[in-house]
Amino acid sequence: MKVIIGSGSCGIAAGAHKVQTAFEAIIAEKGLALSVEQTGCIGTCYLEPIVDVVDDAGNKVTFVNVTTDDARRIIDDYVIAQQELADLRISQDDLTMIGKQQRIVLRNSGIIDPEQIDDYLAVDGYAAARKCLTEMTPEAIIETVKIAGLKGRGGAGFPTWFKWDAAKKSPGTTKYMVCNADEGDPGAFMDRSVLESDPHALIEGMLIGARAIGANEGIVYVRAEYPLAIVRLQKAIDQAREKGYLGNDIFGTGFAFDLRIKAGAGAFVCGEETALIASLEGERGMPRLKPPFPAQKGYWNKPTNINNVETFANVPWIFRNGGAAYAALGTKESKGTKVFALTGKVKKGGLVEIPMGLTLKDVIFDIGGGIKQDKAFKAVQMGGPSGGCIPASLLDTQIDYAEITKTGAIMGSGGMVVMDETTCMVDMARFFLDFTCKESCGKCTYCRVGTTRMLEILNRITQGEGRDGDIELLEELCYKIKDGSLCGLGQTAPNPVLTTIKYFRNEYEDHIYHHKCTARSCKPLLTYTIDKDKCVGCGACKKNCPVAAITGEKKLVHEINQDICIKCGKCFTVCKFDSVIID
Amino acid sequence: MSQEIHDHHHAHEPDCGCGCHGDQPNPFEELSPVLDRYADIPGSLITILQKAQELYGFLSVELMRYIALETHTAIAKVYGVATFYTQFRFKPVGKYLIMLCQGTACHVNGSKQVEEAVMDYLDITEGETTPDGLFTLNNVACLGCCSLSPVMMINDDTYGQLTRDKVTHILAELKEKAGQDPMDSEISAQEVNA
Repeated sequence: MKVIIGSGSCGIAAGAHKVQTAFEAIIAEKGLALSVEQTGCIGTCYLEPIVDVVDDAGNKVTFVNVTTDDARRIIDDYVIAQQELADLRISQDDLTMIGKQQRIVLRNSGIIDPEQIDDYLAVDGYAAARKCLTEMTPEAIIETVKIAGLKGRGGAGFPTWFKWDAAKKSPGTTKYMVCNADEGDPGAFMDRSVLESDPHALIEGMLIGARAIGANEGIVYVRAEYPLAIVRLQKAIDQAREKGYLGNDIFGTGFAFDLRIKAGAGAFVCGEETALIASLEGERGMPRLKPPFPAQKGYWNKPTNINNVETFANVPWIFRNGGAAYAALGTKESKGTKVFALTGKVKKGGLVEIPMGLTLKDVIFDIGGGIKQDKAFKAVQMGGPSGGCIPASLLDTQIDYAEITKTGAIMGSGGMVVMDETTCMVDMARFFLDFTCKESCGKCTYCRVGTTRMLEILNRITQGEGRDGDIELLEELCYKIKDGSLCGLGQTAPNPVLTTIKYFRNEYEDHIYHHKCTARSCKPLLTYTIDKDKCVGCGACKKNCPVAAITGEKKLVHEINQDICIKCGKCFTVCKFDSVIID
Repeated sequence: MSQEIHDHHHAHEPDCGCGCHGDQPNPFEELSPVLDRYADIPGSLITILQKAQELYGFLSVELMRYIALETHTAIAKVYGVATFYTQFRFKPVGKYLIMLCQGTACHVNGSKQVEEAVMDYLDITEGETTPDGLFTLNNVACLGCCSLSPVMMINDDTYGQLTRDKVTHILAELKEKAGQDPMDSEISAQEVNA
């Protein structure tokens, strides 16, 4: 019998290490023959820490939101006394959330121990790579990826086979296979999870790709904010090397491929291929004009192919099951599955992998369980700083590269941030512009100065100082920045503003002309008053007001002096009688 | 000055510009193994800067000048690369580096309130260090723990589902821990704010 603890970053943040220590102590104290193991993230992050107890016959029982006290109960009541312990078990509802998914990229996440290569081998790991290297020509490998219809999962959705083919046909003997694991899109964590939960899937995918294009050296560019991912990937690389899946003469074919990690240093623009290459070469990560494309002149001017983590993680599955099996999933133009990081105001946040073609509603309401506290759905943000906000009226949109693009958002790398009635759309636009403005590398004037000007306007609007003509000025800047920027960062930076103006123009107008934030989020536009009929004069607000703006005698109605009030909201939080009104 | 003291790739001279004054032991001796391994591999500047920051906590002008000299790179380039990436710091940080996530999910779920709570409790703003040298506050882009938002990291530990109260509690606990172990907080206030 064994105890398996979900130990992705999310599990650890929720206390997985403490729970693990507790289990180990209790097991040692009682002298039980139970091993404690770890696994990655199953995706239901809201249930962490998650603990599986697996008996010798392989039957698994899952316990969720486990605390250190629960660890004792699980050992005493479940393992020893064999009671049901129903209150700690995963609910049917939550099991359904996992059951509705179709897991290809996440096939092993939360199931195998990412630090044990034998676990990966036990689920047929490296069998696809063996097949590709020993039985298939590079042409046949590329053809299979073409049949599968796999598109780059990093955001742009470019056909993977096309890139591999271009790199393969590019003249030269020294070529590089690079993995972009610089997942900088705020609100997305699919790649982190794959690296932490199933790193060998990435290595195997890269090995197959390297064989196809003829690369003997690979680099994984991982962002520095993912320390655990770097540790686990390094362990996996070492183990793969030890087993002979990396190095010289892999599978006795004479083919050589080795892999190393390069830690990024924090720059969103390095997700752009040419900027990433500059960063790999130790330079400032600034994009350059294409062509030449990396397939012709990439890392050290050699042919280089760059794919994202999720793209590579799909590859072994495609070769085990066939390109046609992959292409059978999804829509006409978008094949296979896509992993989404479902977060924000959704009940069940986490990683979900679904076949393309489901609707946004399916994902947010069926799988995600709807909106927290059953508030009203307002929008879903897709594609991060390059994407946009999709309103409720378009919830039936299919998840398909072209369909999502039609809304003004993009598929992106898979961030799906759900927003409810309390999220201000002007503030969301401001939030993303603040991000792109900071992350602009500064090379193109429109991106550098244009985003700064846009941010200034949006700051003004959210502070209640919007002017007539601001919306039109924003739109004009948006189109000019799109036209005047070299790389994807600048070309897409206006999308969050354009989509919010398109679908939520009324909110912009409310801010500018009526000095109102209907989501009650932009503080300078709010006024706090006390409802005379509800106030009982308890004095809680007066006591907690940091600037002494509230006056009133005990048991009499209190009042807020608007000239002094700093709109911190403390009175609203502490009032037990709902008598503080925000308007 | 003996060659052994700090001869790395070149012998230091009284005016060599690396800040060694020619007659003192190399102040960046610990970096030697890193330079031995990476200095001659093209494209390793970021890696060297990362290792240097790991060792010294931040990149001082002297340190960057030293790296430039040892890698035969222009100091302007070292500075240019270092300032391009958000990971690199140019001022000392406190014993506890608070990295407050400003990702989308955290923003939607109230990272502003969390930031206010930290600022209220420690009386510092973004980028500053407390006078006792214990805490530094940095806002960072997404930490990738979105389903636990709002999130912060303090050194290597991640804290999720934060509220005002939870944040205050965590900081108070760390403060108390540091207080019990005065030997631990070696950095004095003067050094930090210098």
